[in-house]
Amino acid sequence: MKKLLVSIFALTAISAAIAAPVSMEDQSQLKPAPAKADNEQYHIPPLEADLPDNAFGEMVRKGHAIFVDTKRQVPELVGNGLNCSNCHLDQGRLADSAPMWGAYTMYPAYRKKNDKVNTFAERIQGCFEFSMNGTPPAADSETMTALTTFAYWLATGAPSGVKTPGSGYPDVAQPAGGYNIENGKQVYAEQCAICHSDNGLGQKVGENYVFPPLWGASSFNWGAGMHRINTAASFIQANMPLGKGGTLSDQQAWDVAAYMNSHERPQDPRLIDGDIEKTRVKFHANDGVNLYGEKVNGVLIGQGVK
Amino acid sequence: MRAFKHLIYSGLLAAAISPAMADDGEKIYKQGGSQPGALACITCHMADGRGMDAGGFPKIAGDSPVYLAKQIHDFKSGKRENAIMLPISSALTEDEIVAVTQYMSTLEKFDVAEITRAKAPEGLGETLALRGDWSRSIPECVACHGPSGVGVGDVFPPLAGQGPNYIASQLRAWQQGTRKNDQNDLMGHIARSLTEEEITAVAAYFAGLGK
Repeated sequence: MKKLLVSIFALTAISAAIAAPVSMEDQSQLKPAPAKADNEQYHIPPLEADLPDNAFGEMVRKGHAIFVDTKRQVPELVGNGLNCSNCHLDQGRLADSAPMWGAYTMYPAYRKKNDKVNTFAERIQGCFEFSMNGTPPAADSETMTALTTFAYWLATGAPSGVKTPGSGYPDVAQPAGGYNIENGKQVYAEQCAICHSDNGLGQKVGENYVFPPLWGASSFNWGAGMHRINTAASFIQANMPLGKGGTLSDQQAWDVAAYMNSHERPQDPRLIDGDIEKTRVKFHANDGVNLYGEKVNGVLIGQGVK
Repeated sequence: MRAFKHLIYSGLLAAAISPAMADDGEKIYKQGGSQPGALACITCHMADGRGMDAGGFPKIAGDSPVYLAKQIHDFKSGKRENAIMLPISSALTEDEIVAVTQYMSTLEKFDVAEITRAKAPEGLGETLALRGDWSRSIPECVACHGPSGVGVGDVFPPLAGQGPNYIASQLRAWQQGTRKNDQNDLMGHIARSLTEEEITAVAAYFAGLGK
């Protein structure tokens, strides 16, 4: 009996290694939020200091801790060097930086592509699989409860089921002349390298990154939304350099986003039969602007790094 | 990989700096440079490199030699206006700058306990340090200066254990434009958004972290 159990476990482990099931296969973009009208205000999330001193407040704090210190709080779930707060600035509170209050209120969401209703938990699982290149927390785990409670609390008073201004990253349309990776390299050297290093691999203090790696084995994988040049351009234009959002032109944002996303990063966990082309056709061909499975200067992009 | 690269760099650096040069660094620090005007650093920065905050003289012990050498060059060029450091910096030769900053970087660093961002901040200084104020585009200080402000790489200097008067004076220097040696005004724009009360609070906070 024990032997049988062990073999079953072994089998499960092997099949998991061969084809890890992906919680939310469809990572394609949702519609961008409407621009904020002049007389409109962004949602203002509640203050940390006003958290109640009870089990709810405790759970919010736990979620906050995981959100801002992901790698250390849940090391078993994080496969790279990133924290949630690297892409969701100001601890998930900041408008135009994919704030949690903008995401929480949009789920459960129907997605036409996979003809499925996706829950907020599945969306968070997607973050862990792609952006964190790791293992998704179970829907009924304490980590999931903590992150969900944290997002729910930030969304206190926000309208549900409508795209609120400031949610997601504000769409930056592709410049008429397209993008230029060489120019992006220049923008990178002048604006980004000081923090993310000349080689894009970020900077650490001790074991942990202070400045996140933008590509390479410790960055987000080829399935993450940020691998889209359009999404990265939107994030960058609104939020980078840190504290100086809105200072790069649309062209600069697109160029540097393309430069960043022309570098290798961990493979897309949805890889089909080990085949980049099949994976490109199914998951990348109709997902914004991206270089997965394309050739840049004769080199095939999307081969992945470990 | 990065650690490896650092190893190579430090190896090269060690090879480039002969024992004689390292001695020179200590000598310059304690007795001054070869040219008139290159006063001994020890006079104000003290033997342990921890400075004398009452006079506004900063701690330099254990700082990145690249960072320190850049500051000396910036005093020379006027990107950092400082009546005391201008003549001293100008009197140091390039070799002396390399040697003396290398020596400074070997002086014992402060011991700093790590405070993570998960901590609920207490008081104005810690709130700015761990949370910033994004309504005014002020990132949390630790986003660039590292956890507990221990400094990151060769560009972002340690704040932990630095003198409170010195930290505050630098923030004011950025406000007034007498210090403008940061890339793309990254620090300047933050300093200009801070109130006097915030400057005092955040300076006291980081000063209290090093031992």
